[in-house]
Order: sequence, then C-alpha cells, then structure tokens
Amino acid sequence: MLGIFASIVDGLLVGLVYGLAAMGLTLIWGVMDVINLTHGTMIVAGMFALYLITSAFGISPYLTLPPVLIGGFVVGVALYSVAVHRMIGRPPLMSLLSTFAVNLVLIGIGTGIWGTVLFNVSVSVPGITIGRYTFPGAHIVAAVLAAVIAACLYAFLQRTRLGKAVRAVANNREAAELVGIPTTQVLAIAFGCGVALACVSGVLIGTLFPFTVLTGDGYQLKSFIVTVLGGFGNPLGALLGGIALGLLEGIVTPFVPVSWTLVIEFVLFVLVLIAFPGGVFAFRRRAL
Amino acid sequence: MLRRPFFWIIALVIAAFAITPVVGNDVGMRESLILAAVYITLASNLNLMLGYAGYVNFGSIVFFGLGGYICVWLVSAHDWPLALSLLAAGIGVTILAFIFGAGILRLRGPFFALSTIGVVEAVQAFVSNFDPWGGSSGIYLSTEVFAPLGGPRQALWVIYFAMVAVMGLSLYLSYAIKTSKFGLGLLAIGQNEDAAAILGVPTPLYKALVYSASAFLPAIAGGLYFFKSAFIQPSDAFDLTLSTEAIVIAMLGGQGTVAGVALGAYLYEELRGYLLVSDTFSHFQLVISGALLLVIVLFFPSGLMGWVHTRFPRSQRVLE
Repeated sequence: MLGIFASIVDGLLVGLVYGLAAMGLTLIWGVMDVINLTHGTMIVAGMFALYLITSAFGISPYLTLPPVLIGGFVVGVALYSVAVHRMIGRPPLMSLLSTFAVNLVLIGIGTGIWGTVLFNVSVSVPGITIGRYTFPGAHIVAAVLAAVIAACLYAFLQRTRLGKAVRAVANNREAAELVGIPTTQVLAIAFGCGVALACVSGVLIGTLFPFTVLTGDGYQLKSFIVTVLGGFGNPLGALLGGIALGLLEGIVTPFVPVSWTLVIEFVLFVLVLIAFPGGVFAFRRRAL
Repeated sequence: MLRRPFFWIIALVIAAFAITPVVGNDVGMRESLILAAVYITLASNLNLMLGYAGYVNFGSIVFFGLGGYICVWLVSAHDWPLALSLLAAGIGVTILAFIFGAGILRLRGPFFALSTIGVVEAVQAFVSNFDPWGGSSGIYLSTEVFAPLGGPRQALWVIYFAMVAVMGLSLYLSYAIKTSKFGLGLLAIGQNEDAAAILGVPTPLYKALVYSASAFLPAIAGGLYFFKSAFIQPSDAFDLTLSTEAIVIAMLGGQGTVAGVALGAYLYEELRGYLLVSDTFSHFQLVISGALLLVIVLFFPSGLMGWVHTRFPRSQRVLE
C-alpha cells in the first residue's frame, strides 16, 4: 500500500516539472496561436546546457538555472524573429511547419555533434525517508523550484505592466495595438519567455532522468497532453494538467512496462481532445 | 481522361523510370531511381492529405513501416508469396488507417497534426513490444525468399519494376482524385471546412476516406522496400526522417499539385545523393532538409509549381 502511495507522491513531484514544461508551450500557444514544435528540442537544450555548464565549472546543477533562463530567453527572441514573426496571422499550419523545420535543423546539429549517446547529470541531494521508502531529494527540489518559477510567471502576467501587455495582446492583438502596445515586441518577449520556460524545465528534468539529443520528442508529447488537459493558453491549468499527468504516471508505472506509458498517454491525449476540446481544467477560462 | 495531356505526361514519366536503368543494365542508376520512386509514392500520397484537404500528417511513415512489417512478417512466418503479402499489407494498413482516422480525424487542423506525431510514437512503442514481430530487434528474411522471383539478382529488378508501378499508381491516384468530385470536396475542406460542411460536403467521411486512401500505396511501397532489404526493425520502419522528407518534398514541389510533387521528389533525391557523397554534409542531412523547408515555408509557400504557374499561367491547363 505504501508502495503505491510513494509512487503517487513521486508522480506528483515529477508532474509539477511537466507542468512547468507545458507552461512554456501553452504561453506561446495562447498569446500568438503558434504551436511551437521546437519545444521538445528546447527542453533538451536546457538539459545539455545543464550538462555542459556543470561539467565545465563543477557548480551545483541548480545554479545553472539563471544563465539558462536568460540564454533561453535570448534564443527564443531570436527564434521568433527568424521563424515565427512572418507566420503571425497566417494559417496555424504554416507556423507548425516553420517551427518543425527549425526543429529539424536543431536536431540535425545536435545528433551531428553528440550522436544519440545517453547523458547523465548526477545530483546529490539527501532524500526524505518515510518507513521503507525514500523520496529522492532531487525530485523534491525540482518540484519546489518548478512551483516557484510557475508562481513567478503568474505574478509576472498578473502584476506587471509588461505582463498585462502580454495578456492584452493574447486577448485581441488589433485592440492592443490601437491602445499603443508595441505588439511585435510583446510577441517576441512572450515567445522568449515560453522558450526560457522550456529550457528551465529541461534543466530540472535533466537533474531527474538521463537524456539524449532525441529525448525531447517524448517530453514534447507530454507537454501537449498537459496543455490539452489544462486548456490551451492557460498557464495555471497547465500546472494542474502536469500534476494530473504525473499522478497518472505514478499510478500506472507499477503495473505497466515503461515503454507503454507513452502509448497510454497518447490515447489519453486523443480522448481528452475529443471529449473536452476546451481542456479538462478550463473551468475558469479566460485569456491567460 | 485519356484525352487529357497530363495523363500522357504521367505515362511518359513512368516509362522513363522503367526504361532508363534497363538501357545499359545500370544498377547504380536503378538504386537511385528506386529511392526516387519511394519518395514520389510517399510524397504524392501525403499530398492527398496536405495539399488537397489541408491536413498536415507528420506520421505518414506509419503506413510505410506498418506495410513493411505486415509484408515481411507474412513472407517470413507464413510463407505467403510476395504479391499476396503486399496486397494484404496494403489492405490491412488501409483498414487500420480507417480505424485510426475515425478517432483522430475528429480533431481539426493543428490538433490533428499533433496527434499524428503521437500516432508514430504509439505505433513504434507497440511494435517494439510486439513479440510476433520480433520486438525491438525486428525480423530478418533469409535469402531463400528471393527464390520464387528467380534469385536475388533478378528479384531486385522485379522489385524495382513493382516499385515503379506503385509510383505510377500513386501519381494516377492523385490525378484521379484531383479531377473528381471527391477531390473538389477535399479542396473545399482545405479552404474552409465549416463552409464546405454547410454546402453539403460530407466532411468526416471524406476526411476518413482520404486518410485511408493515402495509406494504401505507401503500405505496399513499404512492403517492397523492406522485402528488398530483407530486414526490418522499428527504428528503420518508423524513421521520422522519411516522414519529414515527404513533407519537404511536397512543399518543395508545390502542395496540392501532382506534377510538382513528382518533380520535388526527383530534385530532392538528386540533392540528397549529392549531399551524401560530400564529406561535410553527409552527417547533416536533417539540417539541410530543415533549412530547405524553412526557406520554402517562409518565402515560397506555394513551391516550385506555384512559381511556374504564376510565371507561365498557361501551364495550369496542362500541368495539374
């Protein structure tokens, strides 16, 4: 009995990190109607930044978060100006194809340099032991950090002037432009934030699990499922969706072989999209 | 149909494919052309979804891989003759596509595209765990399977001609659908699905039909391809690269055109052959495809044929 309980708690912890990853996707989706197919690769970029920085300077993995956050933002703004800006207002399929193309380039470069070798970053954080079960410290720290970063994003969107501008643009781009909001800059900033969130969550996931250049696909699929559960363009819903997905994984893992989890999650993805097109946690739906 | 010039243009292309390597018994040319034929088959069937109905399918490789698996499995485990196995692969995958399609085609536009990525992951995970198909280590064929076709050397020629036939059928299928009422309905769905539905196009039925129609010939091509290499494993059968290349080709040639896709496939194959022999680029094939796709999407969304049609408007009457 305690075994299942432990597995559920662990799922919850990991789920918070998934939620953070999906927030990046859903932020971009909600603000500019663009599905960012480089999302998975950006998560992997965060993982590799973690690996390269920790192995080069020997600092604590968690200290890589600020530089990755800034780096991710800069990469995101650059990506926006190259591949996304011309797609704003065109059919969503075009932006899907353009971000897909950028993703191919990135994956190609990544596999060209690193191949598909498994990388691992070791983290030594003491765990918490209850009875016979130990909850790994890295999972707890990652979950707490994910919650803190998510809270910061929420505060940014709700309390700051720039955050309000982002929400205004998400709501109605033309009207926002009419009242003097520089929409192009705001869109670029929102895209940068989305990518930065993906990279940061990549760092956190990288402290939990080993990774390759291609692991991003799986996490991208998870992010889509979380986004669908949480409702599109709803960052708070994404966090709830992430927790739901983590719980599901926690419950399913003891009973099903690991390679099947993705199949189950995918079936869930389609079923949820068909049954709840607006998202399961969309009860308080408003634009961001 | 026989009186339209485009019908004969396709016939000429097929004839050129069939005759060129035979003249001079050029095996290298044959290997290069068979890949071009695979590209044309995949891209023109993808085009049925992408170009006509406006639905992006990132998972067209699933049809190819599943077709390959069914065919190789029937040949190796049940000693079925090749022709019958290919037919079974085609029909089996078409039925599977219809069932999948009934589920995921309820999703519109970008959601559908996302779910096709999931289909690839899910099918690959399923096959990797499916013991009758050898799990993740795959199925090997012994060289004896080539005996009924007159030994390995002759079998490769038989497979080549079969592949060219599949390619030709793909082009005619694209053309026949485009000129039919069904095709008109699909193009209407691509323009505006709601409006099409209101004007009486049975959109769910048409979408499911075109999704399963676009599965039949790629499945047979997959069967031939993996029979030829006498080996199949999940990572080859569901290699995302080939799906991607099909999209790049369809966009390069011009989505929604028949001739453009064939032209795009041929050009891409030539480009790829050139890049593979060069030392610098052989590791960066994905980078090149990606960059090419990005440039097309950003600057030339209607592709080569779009450019030809705007430059020479009269060509629209001949080249579909």
